[in-house]
Amino acid sequence: MNKMYSNKLHILIFIFPALLLFCAILIAPIGASAYYSFFDWDGFGEKTFIGLANYKELFTSDAIGFLKALRNSLLLAVLSVFLQLPLALALALTLGKKIKGERFFLSVYFMPVLISTVVIGQLWLKIYNPNYGILNVFLKAIGLEKWTHIWLGEKATALGAVFIPTLWQYVGYHMLLLYAGVKSVPPELREAAMLDGATDGQVNRYIVLPYIKPIIRISVIFAVTGSLKSFDLIYVLTNGGPLHATEVPSTLMIDMLFLRNRYGMGSTIAVMLILLCFAFALLISAAFRGED
Amino acid sequence: MRNSRKSTQVLIYVGLILWALVNLFPIYWMFTFSLKNNAEIFGANVIGLPKEWLWSNYTKALNTGKMGVYFLNSVIVAAATIAITLAVALMGTFALTRLIWKQKKTLNKFFMLGLTIPIHASIVPVYVTLSRLHMLNTRWALIIPYAAFSLSMAILVCTGFMNEIPRDLDEAACIDGCSVWGIFFRIIVPLMKPAVATVAIYTFLQCWNELMFANIFISKSSLRTLPVGVQALSGQYTTDWGPIGAALVLATFPTLLVYIFLSKKIQESFIAGAIKG
Repeated sequence: MNKMYSNKLHILIFIFPALLLFCAILIAPIGASAYYSFFDWDGFGEKTFIGLANYKELFTSDAIGFLKALRNSLLLAVLSVFLQLPLALALALTLGKKIKGERFFLSVYFMPVLISTVVIGQLWLKIYNPNYGILNVFLKAIGLEKWTHIWLGEKATALGAVFIPTLWQYVGYHMLLLYAGVKSVPPELREAAMLDGATDGQVNRYIVLPYIKPIIRISVIFAVTGSLKSFDLIYVLTNGGPLHATEVPSTLMIDMLFLRNRYGMGSTIAVMLILLCFAFALLISAAFRGED
Repeated sequence: MRNSRKSTQVLIYVGLILWALVNLFPIYWMFTFSLKNNAEIFGANVIGLPKEWLWSNYTKALNTGKMGVYFLNSVIVAAATIAITLAVALMGTFALTRLIWKQKKTLNKFFMLGLTIPIHASIVPVYVTLSRLHMLNTRWALIIPYAAFSLSMAILVCTGFMNEIPRDLDEAACIDGCSVWGIFFRIIVPLMKPAVATVAIYTFLQCWNELMFANIFISKSSLRTLPVGVQALSGQYTTDWGPIGAALVLATFPTLLVYIFLSKKIQESFIAGAIKG
């Protein structure tokens, strides 16, 4: 059998489709994007090599507003780490200690993750609708008419209004990961601490949290890189408007590519996104290691 | 002491139930307004059950709103993506776990890179290539990229399951005169059913909900998938919310149905993808 299993032709036939698909769609395009980012190119005509000019323009031009878009997505990342994750962690810790209805709550909290972002976006468009949306109707009903806003149309409220559904949708995702971690804590550890008279809070603080630290790290990385990459909900709710108030790097990238036909600049944004995601993932991992 | 314990318990449940309502309410609201007329949605009956169940919203969404077409497109794209992902991943995993060659460990790590590569990386090059090959506005323009982006996760899941299958089975089959293909198709693949289910569900969810590729690679309305179709329909029915609600329900119920029956399996697939990645 070993002879049959070492046959080079068999190996090639079995691995080739996966390798081809993976390299053609995921690996080669990274190189191609990096290559395009050095050119001024409309996607169809001649490419003109311009070196790092796209990068320079990206970081200095107010007309493009990349830094502002980046600031928005970093703000989302901060909110995600300091609001969304603690909530997810609290839910995971609560559900992780064999509470009645554990399965039910877990399944309900995870549900928004599975629903299409477009559907969620359309629902929130209706919730925020200035005339008929539930939010304004509710505020009027309780006599707070002056608190009503054109939530997605005013510069001051738009960013907050797109962040809320974004944060809400993925609480369940982080909760599920952390819950899996909490469940993997050996029951003996927990019981031993309880016998020594530790309270629930102390068990969480000294037993569970240190145990699930690797999963917390993964959650933080996903929260930050997910925020940097965020696109779907913002595209549906505001597409970066009003007056670029809710622009993020991904919406900017799509704008460059398909509205302004600037393929070189669009690729530059894509490359920056990949680099930033990679850099933040490394940074967060290092921060978690440094703490030990 | 016991009293304060009890009141914390109550407080915890109040919190859990409130958060459950925050998660369920938008879905409940979607189902109810999909069956209402504008008068009810806009004031007469904002959050109650519909007084008159207006099924005509659904016929509007399906006929004038073309939801039937979009739905069918999504089914075709999802089914083809799942089939290709599974075929390619099962073969690849067989080579990575069973066959004997030097570089397979390295190559396995290489495939795992795919768990972290964002789709942004491929948008421009894939778009340019598809347009040169005249493949924009074909179903392949979605099926191939979706399969590629599901591949890493599929190989990860399949590797776990395939390593569990005892190698004695291969030996025995070999002695009985099976070829490599015989072992793969008659022994390994039939034993991979649980992995196949996990991969199929995960891949289904990824491509059913995907927006960015679907929006850019397809502009012909007869080939649109649901996420883009729902966007188009809501632009068309700006003042009539009932049909929009119906479209949202049509786009969501397959996912919810799968979730109701397979919630545990779905949750496991998400955990596997995150924690090993």
